[in-house]
Amino acid sequence: MMSSLFQEQRKLRQQREVAIRRGVVAVLDIGTTKLACLILQFVPPPANDAGAAGVKMPHASAFRVIGVGTVQSHGVEFGDISAMDQAENAIRNAIQKAQKMAGQRVDHAIVCFSGGTPRSYGVEGVVEVANGEVVEQDIGNVLAHCDIPDFGEGREVVHALPVNFTLDHRTGLSDPRGQIGSQLAVDMHLLTVADTPIHNIIQCVRRCDLELSGIAVSSYTSGLSSLVEDEQELGAACVDLGGGATGISVFLKRQLIYADAVRLGGVHVTRDLSAGLHLRYDIAERLKTMHGGLVATGQDDRDVIELADPKAPPTDERRTITRSELIGIMRPRMEEILEDVRARLDAAGFDSLPSQRIVLTGGGSQTPGLETLAQHILGRQVRIGRPMRVHGLPQLATGPGFASAVGLALHISNPQDECWDFDIPADRMGAQRIRRAVRWFRDNW
Amino acid sequence: MLPMKQRHNPAPSRLKYRLERLWLRPGVRFMALRGLPMAVIACAGLLLFSDAELRARIDAAVADMRDQIAARPELAVRSLKVTGASPRLLLRVKQVADLDLPASSLDLDVAALRVRVVNLPAVEDADVRLTTGGTLEIGIVERIPVAVWRNEEGLFLVDRHGQAVARLNQRTDRPDLPLIVGEAANDMVPEALTIMRLAEGIDDRVRGLQRVGARRWDLVLDRNQVIRLPETEPGPALNRVMALHQAEDLLERDVRVVDMRDGERPVLRLSIDAVEELRRLRTEMQGEDA
Repeated sequence: MMSSLFQEQRKLRQQREVAIRRGVVAVLDIGTTKLACLILQFVPPPANDAGAAGVKMPHASAFRVIGVGTVQSHGVEFGDISAMDQAENAIRNAIQKAQKMAGQRVDHAIVCFSGGTPRSYGVEGVVEVANGEVVEQDIGNVLAHCDIPDFGEGREVVHALPVNFTLDHRTGLSDPRGQIGSQLAVDMHLLTVADTPIHNIIQCVRRCDLELSGIAVSSYTSGLSSLVEDEQELGAACVDLGGGATGISVFLKRQLIYADAVRLGGVHVTRDLSAGLHLRYDIAERLKTMHGGLVATGQDDRDVIELADPKAPPTDERRTITRSELIGIMRPRMEEILEDVRARLDAAGFDSLPSQRIVLTGGGSQTPGLETLAQHILGRQVRIGRPMRVHGLPQLATGPGFASAVGLALHISNPQDECWDFDIPADRMGAQRIRRAVRWFRDNW
Repeated sequence: MLPMKQRHNPAPSRLKYRLERLWLRPGVRFMALRGLPMAVIACAGLLLFSDAELRARIDAAVADMRDQIAARPELAVRSLKVTGASPRLLLRVKQVADLDLPASSLDLDVAALRVRVVNLPAVEDADVRLTTGGTLEIGIVERIPVAVWRNEEGLFLVDRHGQAVARLNQRTDRPDLPLIVGEAANDMVPEALTIMRLAEGIDDRVRGLQRVGARRWDLVLDRNQVIRLPETEPGPALNRVMALHQAEDLLERDVRVVDMRDGERPVLRLSIDAVEELRRLRTEMQGEDA
């Protein structure tokens, strides 16, 4: 089981390396309401900055965005693809827009998505260090010795991040290579998602003639882009208020230690408005974005909003509501979402972190008054975060709604070592390897 | 299953998407924008030129157009004017130019005409130009004969560069010019002229200059007298002879040859009569002494 996973993720990792060497990669954020595509160009390093091995690899962290395509997404519910051809159309549309802006063809895509009900597992492994000094092989060994929990049928590991190494009672090491010790232990963070959404995404991307070179969970990537370094170091949670799902990610010591998603989002707020005010869905969406709010004041009782339908035939009737009525509908749903987030964070033991900062990002975080409401529900240290500035990103794509797309760009340009970056020790691979050799002989003779 | 709700789909069709991605390939783009048009043009050109009849028609059309332009009155050359030539040469130049006037200046090969004119022996240089009003003007610098040169083929007038200008029937046609004789004598005309100028004092006696072995001069006088001049610096040697002649009337005496080839001293050869006379006189003087 572990091996097949290794194979898959290794392949993706190789694909990503190929893509970076080619210099152009598409970053695709498949959301429930919005599909964003950024095309990144990796800048080759200056001539005098050749790598130690003399290999000319494009400088991974030096990239610029050369194309952006944002389209409304269809056929996606709760962050999962529900109608393949509609989703495929939307992806094609986004890719084409971005390609047009970039003036360049893109062959590799790395995808993040918010669905699939991500689940976090903390696993640990202990192993004796072979030669006194910890080498890469020991790390591969200890990672292979982690006892993998049974996460059930139909689930797939997307991230396996070694979070913490312990070497003879010295804990909190992020990279024990080269240190002396006898017993090496690792805490690894496994993130699993349902495998059908992943297969759907792979299929969709393949049908758009693109090579899939990586998959990430969007709550992780939005945390990468929205949390500042201190927050990542000291411990913080990032809440990505998306359209169909709200992603939660907790960082400590620059490592993702927990990720989860609440299957509620901005779409539900709009649906509430649509049902409560008897409005068409798109008008309700417009009402939410133009006039929405979460904290009612006396002024809001006098703020009258006209519910005009520009496409409806003209009638004598004019419907109006006050802004406080609107807030009255939006607030309970938002409270529900935030309470759900609170419950997930509590279940994950967020209280025990040294710092309990919470950063709200994603399209839903633009709702006026959210900060007050979130402070009420989640605690004192809440702020609204925008994604980090990225070179070449146009103004329209710098909003909090693009947090996960920008984070994915950062993730691909500066990836963290994952479990499959280390070789599995030969004794664990043995059976596999012999079987492969036998198969090779059988295929060729 | 409910029919899928058909909403407005802004996405490109798969075909259009694929075509657009194909178009974004630099190679495909280059081929379509540069390669293909160039290939089409090349093919069209090849087809055109592989058809002999079509090519002949194109050639004919081009020639026709050229003729039409050449026939315009602005380009016509109506008269020929030759300057700087003597009447005899004028006739010769006109004959050589061989112009069928009026002609078009497009048909006129002025450079070739100039070459033909310059190739005439009597012409040193010529410039040919078209002037306004349709006149072709040939300016000629004639060669001036400075000596008469006799060789195996006859008598020639030569200019100072030794170029033969014209044939001469008799020496007496140009008695004013000095005569030079011998192999490659025409190569050293300036030197010959210098020698002749130095010999002005015995003008009436000089017959001519003879080039010996293509290396030195003999000044031939009447009464078969010869002054042999050295290869180098014949001028000072001749001056010495002239000085001897003035002081001693050397050349009036019965001397056959004045040999100046030895730079140290002149060597005289007397005639046989003179030698006998000299010997007789010497014995007389000895007899008186005895």
